[in-house]
Amino acid sequence: MTRQGLSPSSIHTARKMSDPQPISTTAAGSSDAPQILPPASSGGMTQATVVRKTAPKSDYKPSDVSPQRRVQRSYTVRLWSVRHSRLLEWFYGRFADAFLMLHPLWKGLGYERVEAPVKFVEKRVKGFMFDCRMCGQCILSSTGMSCPMNCPKQLRNGPCGGVRANGNCEVEPDMPCVWVKAWEGSRNMVHGDAILNVQKPVDQSLRETSAWLRVTAQSAAAREAAVQSEAKP
Amino acid sequence: MMRQRDEHPDGVHLPLDPLPGHSSRGRLERILRRSEFAVTAELNPPDSADPEDVYDRARVFDGWVDGINAVDASGANCHMSSVGICALLTRMGYAPIMQIACRDKNRIAIQGDVLGAAAMGVANILCLTGDGVQAGDQPGAKPVFDLDSMSLLETIRVMRDNGKFLSGRKLTTPPSVFLGAAINPFAPPYDFRPHRLAKKIAAGAQFVQSQYCFDVPMFRTYMERVRDLGLTDKCYILCGVGPLASAKTARWIRSNVPGIHIPDAVIKRLEGAADQKKEGKQLCIDIINEVKEIPGVSGIHVMAYRQEEYVAEIVHESGVLKGRRPWQREARADDQMVADRLEHILHQGESEQPVQMVEKAAQ
Repeated sequence: MTRQGLSPSSIHTARKMSDPQPISTTAAGSSDAPQILPPASSGGMTQATVVRKTAPKSDYKPSDVSPQRRVQRSYTVRLWSVRHSRLLEWFYGRFADAFLMLHPLWKGLGYERVEAPVKFVEKRVKGFMFDCRMCGQCILSSTGMSCPMNCPKQLRNGPCGGVRANGNCEVEPDMPCVWVKAWEGSRNMVHGDAILNVQKPVDQSLRETSAWLRVTAQSAAAREAAVQSEAKP
Repeated sequence: MMRQRDEHPDGVHLPLDPLPGHSSRGRLERILRRSEFAVTAELNPPDSADPEDVYDRARVFDGWVDGINAVDASGANCHMSSVGICALLTRMGYAPIMQIACRDKNRIAIQGDVLGAAAMGVANILCLTGDGVQAGDQPGAKPVFDLDSMSLLETIRVMRDNGKFLSGRKLTTPPSVFLGAAINPFAPPYDFRPHRLAKKIAAGAQFVQSQYCFDVPMFRTYMERVRDLGLTDKCYILCGVGPLASAKTARWIRSNVPGIHIPDAVIKRLEGAADQKKEGKQLCIDIINEVKEIPGVSGIHVMAYRQEEYVAEIVHESGVLKGRRPWQREARADDQMVADRLEHILHQGESEQPVQMVEKAAQ
């Protein structure tokens, strides 16, 4: 439910139909609509324009996106990535191998020392391609190359029930639902059925860390463990 | 009085023993597992601190429903908490379905609430993601969404089945709860929706309640796909229904509440009626009569927001209970203890002074 793009009459209906407004406990008393909205038809503006200009301010904004950036933002690159999910899946596979091949280098330099520069690059590249939020536990390959952290509810297991009939988000009416796109993207991918796996909750302590390095370190450790267990018997 | 099926052999006042294979002591689970048609309803949470308000609102469902949903600030509007409502309802022996929304609480708070709820006698928990904060009366609130509905299901399932917190720390007594989730077959991506139900079942859902169903053909298609995936054997599906007050309300809901799909035909039918409220009720009954015939539908969930008094009529006139009268009171494990303690406080406590109590303890 949102107030954006509604005509003034429907806003009044909304007020009437929704729950009664809470009684204010401030000395000034309850702040009613007239206090928020400037008087009608001032400076050649219609009441409708005034309402429309005022209404979006009450909308939810993701915490790390400033209103300015939100206005400028378009979803072109993000949507391109979803459309080319198959290509990106292939590329990501090669890329992960290359990173793993460089494991001795990372180890030589020290993972903690390369963390900062790699994170710097990762943040910018994924930020450009997927509007990455640096959760530090990338699951793009399981979500059709559509970053689930862009969902205002940060759902990692599929769409909520509020998706609009046009496939847009309930919270941000102009944004195509991240999970509608994820489903489309996953259908193009070879291992697209990974979207059906139940994902663990986000580990908030991994925020702002490099997922590339972590995955590399883990698969290198797994490879070493496999080699060792083979050598033993 | 006729003896009912779900009754402790030694008396009605005693709590039920868990049946083998059941995860809770609740009657909702028993009814669903016996393949009887279940009816649940939603309690409109009061904006007050008066327990009487909750009891009044629960009373209209007496003998008509198998479970009462205690909503957790639905629509992100502030109301009495679902934990509070459940505390009151279980005290009176009602069978609540406690909703948990991930919007307001992080994983630490949620796991604590689950233990508390189970201790109070809550046998059913419904795991939801929750509406965005922008939908409610306090859009300035911080949205939490630490877990999502899926990881919440899994968290509670692990607590119940493995006796562990999410961190792996052991529980001394795991919560015996019947786990539920929500489904919305009426929102895109339609192809993904049945798979999402499969995911929820994998995460731990044992029953699901659907969003308002006003488009029966759409629901039928969804159910077909769900049956093809073999999900109806693993999960009980309750179809969400409810009366629309008028064509105007319907139109308002359609444009303002995301996720509720109301076809034009429904609005036309309401508009054409002389008494729109009555027609809305009749429409609800007609929908129930259609969905109850769909294979795989195990019950209905009646959401009669601000028309709760109609729930009894709707259930009665649709005849879904087939003469069965749901339980009004469910005994809790600690009922006897509470009664004894109350007795003690009310009758013997007044004569006892702290000094006397100390003397008694010293003996």
